[in-house]
Amino acid sequence: MGRVRRTFDIRAQPGFGFIALLTFFGLYLPIAALVVYSFNGAESLSRWGGFSLRWFVSAWQNSTVQDAAIRSLVLAIWAATLATIAATMAALATTRTPPYPGLTFKYAFINQPLMVPEIVTAVALLIVFSRIKVWTGYTGLGYLVMAHTAFCIPFAYLPIRARLEGMDLTLERAAADLYATPWKTFRHVTLPLLRPAIVAGFMLAFVISLDDVVITEFVKSGGQDTLPTYMLGQLRRETSPEINAIATVFLVLSVLLVTVFFFVNRRKP
Amino acid sequence: MASAEEIARAADRRDIRDRWLLSAPALVIIFVAAIGPLFVMLAYSFMVKGDYGDVKFGTFSLDGWTSVLFQRDIFDDTLGLADAHLTILWRSVSLSFYTTVLTLIFGFPTAYFIATRPPQARDVWIFLVTIPFWTNLLIRTFAMQQVIRNEGLINTALISLGIVDRPIQIMNTDTAIMLGMIYVYLPLMVLPLYASMEKLDFRLVEAGYDLYASRWQVLRRIILPLVKPGVIAGSILVFIPSLGAYVIPRVLGGGKNMMLGNLIELQFGSGRNWPLGAAISITLMALVMIALLFYVRNVSRSEAGHG
Repeated sequence: MGRVRRTFDIRAQPGFGFIALLTFFGLYLPIAALVVYSFNGAESLSRWGGFSLRWFVSAWQNSTVQDAAIRSLVLAIWAATLATIAATMAALATTRTPPYPGLTFKYAFINQPLMVPEIVTAVALLIVFSRIKVWTGYTGLGYLVMAHTAFCIPFAYLPIRARLEGMDLTLERAAADLYATPWKTFRHVTLPLLRPAIVAGFMLAFVISLDDVVITEFVKSGGQDTLPTYMLGQLRRETSPEINAIATVFLVLSVLLVTVFFFVNRRKP
Repeated sequence: MASAEEIARAADRRDIRDRWLLSAPALVIIFVAAIGPLFVMLAYSFMVKGDYGDVKFGTFSLDGWTSVLFQRDIFDDTLGLADAHLTILWRSVSLSFYTTVLTLIFGFPTAYFIATRPPQARDVWIFLVTIPFWTNLLIRTFAMQQVIRNEGLINTALISLGIVDRPIQIMNTDTAIMLGMIYVYLPLMVLPLYASMEKLDFRLVEAGYDLYASRWQVLRRIILPLVKPGVIAGSILVFIPSLGAYVIPRVLGGGKNMMLGNLIELQFGSGRNWPLGAAISITLMALVMIALLFYVRNVSRSEAGHG
């Protein structure tokens, strides 16, 4: 008797694999083009002038770029730190409890920045902050820190809340039974258990703040460019390959951060 | 003496009060730098516009709202439809719609492909989708520009292959905006689709084949209904940010092909019509809310259907 070979794969759908590979090709082709052109030795993007690192050197020595990069980092550290603290407190207040009046309201409130288009929040902040700038005369980085913190909170809140929902109150109750004060319980029991989620929340908030263009563009005062708003400004003119070099560095940093995040999260038991 | 019940109720009340105090910083920050300003903007949309931007405080006018759709004729002062605004509104809605459909056409097979790999490989493929997702939106838009500009990848390839003899103008067209949005928002379609396909019970598919269903029938009658929540979630996640897009049309549309986001910016910039800008912003927000409501209603209905 001839052996019946089973060749019918119930999971297969004709053409799906091809479209999927095409999609991945499409996802990475533009990024590859961006990176390749950043090593272009020519004066402009319109022709290829051989392999060169000149645009990386010139971006590195450009003091405007340096300022913008440092401002981006300072802003992201401030916003991510404040957002993570506020989000941790809010997560503690909204999990491991029977429903109480105002709980749904708090969820809606905290997630609100995710629901409204960025451009709408941006012009609303422009209206309010430009008025406050006139009244107080203060035009510092505080406005940007405030705006970034607000839209980073929901991102920091997400992993922390998820982690808390998977924890019960047994250990905290045990600590309380052993006469630990609420603060000691939090410091020595809750916080260590929550640390991975807090780190994840901080990293998410950091990346989100670092990437923001629209809200920053409308809130910033004169001379307060961050790296993304500087790049947006440059894109309007005849773009030089220097922008490609900056974008490539930015890209590598983002990919590194995401990779770290991916492996940190995967090591969970 | 207080009864045990009263003591318990007092403890509950204290617990709720503590929980409000604990969430206060987050609520205050979001109120000051996100929700509060929206109410101020609502008020601004009903004021008279200032001569050099801003508004005249304490005045009331519906001009901001009327000029969303209508414009006054310069000569005889009659109201007519504001064609420019309608064009932009139509462009926003239709480009967002096409973007959603096309990301679904590419995203569905991709998510299915990933969901049918062995578990270890799935993580790697999903990671490959996530990397572009976490890359700066501006950088991805700029990367798309490298592909479609006149001296970009596509045109260089077409010219060197001798298919065309001069570059095809893609930049600064509606097509460019749409390509940019598809590229940028594709991961938002793939991720929720994958989440619902991962849970797919292939015994149902097998049962379909046992009953002599064709591949197409299995896809249409079994797989598609089961992953419908993922399809809806992905479509909403793509449609909403497309509708509010600002950076992509600004970079790829070249200033002339505006979408709602750019029209809003124009009113706060050289247009110097803040009440109109505020009114358009609120209109955009309302469109987004309608899309969200549609999503909530459909998902709760389909969940009830399966539960």
